[in-house]
Amino acid sequence: MQATQAASPAGPAPAGATGGMGAAAGKLIPWFFVVLFLSYVVAFLVAPTAVLVVQSFTGDNGFTLSYMEGLADYQYALAFENSIILSLASAAVGLIFGGLLAYAILQPGAPKFMRSLVTSFSAVAANFAGVPLAFAFISTLGTLGFVTVLFKHMGVDIYSMGFSLYSLTGLTVTYAYFQVPLMLIIITPALEAMRAQWREAADGMGATSWQYWRLVGLPILFPSLLAAFLLLFGNSFSAFATPYALSDGNIALVPIDISNVLSGNVMSDPQVGAALSTGMILVMAVVLVIYSLVARRAARWRK
Amino acid sequence: MAEVKTRLSLFNWAIILIGAVFFFVPLAVTGIFSLWQGGNHYGFSAYALLLNTSGFWASLFLSFRLAVETILLSFLLLVPSMIFVHLKAQWLKPLFEFISNLPFVIPAIALIDGLTTLYTGPAWLISTPNYLVIPYVFLALPYAYRSIDVGLTTLDVKTLTEAGQSLGAGWGRIIFWVLLPNMKAALIGATLLTLTIVMGEFTFASVLLFHTFAVFINDTGQNAITEAAALSLFSFLITWLFMLGVLITGRRNPATLAGAH
Repeated sequence: MQATQAASPAGPAPAGATGGMGAAAGKLIPWFFVVLFLSYVVAFLVAPTAVLVVQSFTGDNGFTLSYMEGLADYQYALAFENSIILSLASAAVGLIFGGLLAYAILQPGAPKFMRSLVTSFSAVAANFAGVPLAFAFISTLGTLGFVTVLFKHMGVDIYSMGFSLYSLTGLTVTYAYFQVPLMLIIITPALEAMRAQWREAADGMGATSWQYWRLVGLPILFPSLLAAFLLLFGNSFSAFATPYALSDGNIALVPIDISNVLSGNVMSDPQVGAALSTGMILVMAVVLVIYSLVARRAARWRK
Repeated sequence: MAEVKTRLSLFNWAIILIGAVFFFVPLAVTGIFSLWQGGNHYGFSAYALLLNTSGFWASLFLSFRLAVETILLSFLLLVPSMIFVHLKAQWLKPLFEFISNLPFVIPAIALIDGLTTLYTGPAWLISTPNYLVIPYVFLALPYAYRSIDVGLTTLDVKTLTEAGQSLGAGWGRIIFWVLLPNMKAALIGATLLTLTIVMGEFTFASVLLFHTFAVFINDTGQNAITEAAALSLFSFLITWLFMLGVLITGRRNPATLAGAH
């Protein structure tokens, strides 16, 4: 199937049948669309990014590292630290809980309807974006949220115990609403590719469940799990709408700091915003390069 | 066949139960909140109020219009060029694939920073909400690309095109009458995903100060929490509706993950 389509691109094109002008136009029109697409990408994605990078290295007297070095200032270092901690924490929660949930509903004993319910709900929840999600959690776990008040009536004041929805912990809980379903969607193909025979063979040789997972299951799944973790990390790291709506722009995260520079809420040079954006792109680039290397390895077991 | 385990362990049930509570409670609470009218009164006044708010309809229609424009522009940019690359210029495919992943690397907030730095005019371009369509195409790009790519690889494009050409059809006719109808499922999938993403998009619109639906929800939430709860629930239902469409039209479509958080 695949091979027939990968046939030589230089194959004879019967376009000449229309002859003359038609043939020339027929050859040029497709290239026009390719060039159109590439120009669009260059003009509105590549060029703006390049401008940011250049701007973050340009001061009044030409090239300078002062803006990138400025990222080490307490305020911005804190934003990067918070963003990274939040992304690690919410990726870990998503990985563990999403993985266990996916495993549970894939068990042969799980009712069929439950599997399709969970899968379709996951597709929705993974796409349930930003602002509405933030309000749903404010209604639930905010200072006057339903669950907060309910707990208070039962004598448990979660806010006096140190919990706050508007902190990194609160954001991690909120992010779990899209990270867990995303994990479930990503990891399901890898879990489905685990063959029952592997488990049977391990059982036959007298392995315990723990031994099977430690020596067979997890090593095979490891690349897939690592790839999923990296995707979840990136997903959380670039999130803006959810933390913005939740904290009203008052939490130190990189995307929030960038928006504060952009909207003029804080007095700072545009270069500071550019440096923050460049830093963010760098982190994302590193994460996704590692991801693509790991994902290639993860695909090995899925033939 | 060895004996198949037919019952879930207690641990698995516990996981499923915790998941059910975690995912159901915020939705249920948002629903209750949207019906609250102060004190012990419950009713649909928040909903009634919204239906009579001009900002509600205006922002909803604006977001919908932008979504349709995004879909049209995405298809115009992607479909002809991808068909051509698939047929005649396979060597360009890695480049296209690379570009389709770029929006993941460049977060929305960084892209909007770059766009506002680079383009300070012309006014007809950047002063109307239509400007948002430009970055929205990139939000949708990874998913649109993947859907169309799946559509193309499952079709025998070469044979279909040659058959069309030997019958005297030009490129336009082949694309519109032969290829597109055969890629219906893939295109519907891409359309619904783009709708979902654009209807909920907040980052670009809020930085550029355009009153899209997500911005309207956020503004509402500043002073009217019950209306905001009603809007959040409504937004969840929209997402549900579109994603249901995606699941029905493309059972094996891998492009079911959006990312406008």
